[in-house]
Amino acid sequence: MAANQSDVGFRSPLARVRGLGSAKEGGGHWLNYRLLSLAYVPLVLWFVISVMSLLGTGHAGVVLFLQNPVNAVLMLLTVGVTFHHAAYGMVEVFEDYIHVKMVRLFAIALLKGVCLVLALASGFAVLKIALGA
Amino acid sequence: MSDTQAATGPKTGRQRPLSPHLQVYRLPLPAIASITHRITGIGLTVGTLLLAWWLIAAAAGPEAYATAAGFIGSPIGWLLMAGWVWALWYHTLNGVRHLAWDAGYGLELGPVYKGGYVIWGASVGLTIATLGVAAFAI
Repeated sequence: MAANQSDVGFRSPLARVRGLGSAKEGGGHWLNYRLLSLAYVPLVLWFVISVMSLLGTGHAGVVLFLQNPVNAVLMLLTVGVTFHHAAYGMVEVFEDYIHVKMVRLFAIALLKGVCLVLALASGFAVLKIALGA
Repeated sequence: MSDTQAATGPKTGRQRPLSPHLQVYRLPLPAIASITHRITGIGLTVGTLLLAWWLIAAAAGPEAYATAAGFIGSPIGWLLMAGWVWALWYHTLNGVRHLAWDAGYGLELGPVYKGGYVIWGASVGLTIATLGVAAFAI
């Protein structure tokens, strides 16, 4: 052990990182996506029922619906989880089918950027209606 | 011997037997359910554009909202909505099944096949019910 520590300076960065094992984040990432998916199920059901109840009510009906604080918060949650779930699901698809490293890198970055912008714009729209601005 | 050489020669143009792959292999139900989960997921990701449009249009005002609602109410809009409603039900139901598998339940041949039939039947049934209610409400 002592000998191992003393020769740290002579080892290549790759050898050192191999000795450290995995980044230890893969399992957490996997579990987080599952837990978020579990929470998404009731949100999706709420969303479908809400949209069905809004059919035929027009613009005024949607505004009235989102001015209810509970509906506004649930819609913000739905927007957030939807775009997170979509982004990370699509990352898995891109990782499986795009084989050129640089193309994959930029495709994933672009995807996450677009999802972030859409999520923020949608969330801002909900807040704007909810706060009556 | 000459037959073997002719068969393996690169310029003979002779059809050699292939190992099973997507074009010659009839996918079993679990494989169809799996790839459908992925395809519906991609479709629903595209559908988030409509979610964003709907919310932003509602925030922008009655005119913008009428444009979005008009598109959704058009024949193309209905067709797209039918696809997205089915994709949403399929992906949600099959997603619950995936969560059960990840938790260690039901990942045996019998339940996987049974669940596959249930998912297809239930997603189509719920889609017809959802669109039926929607058509009635409008």
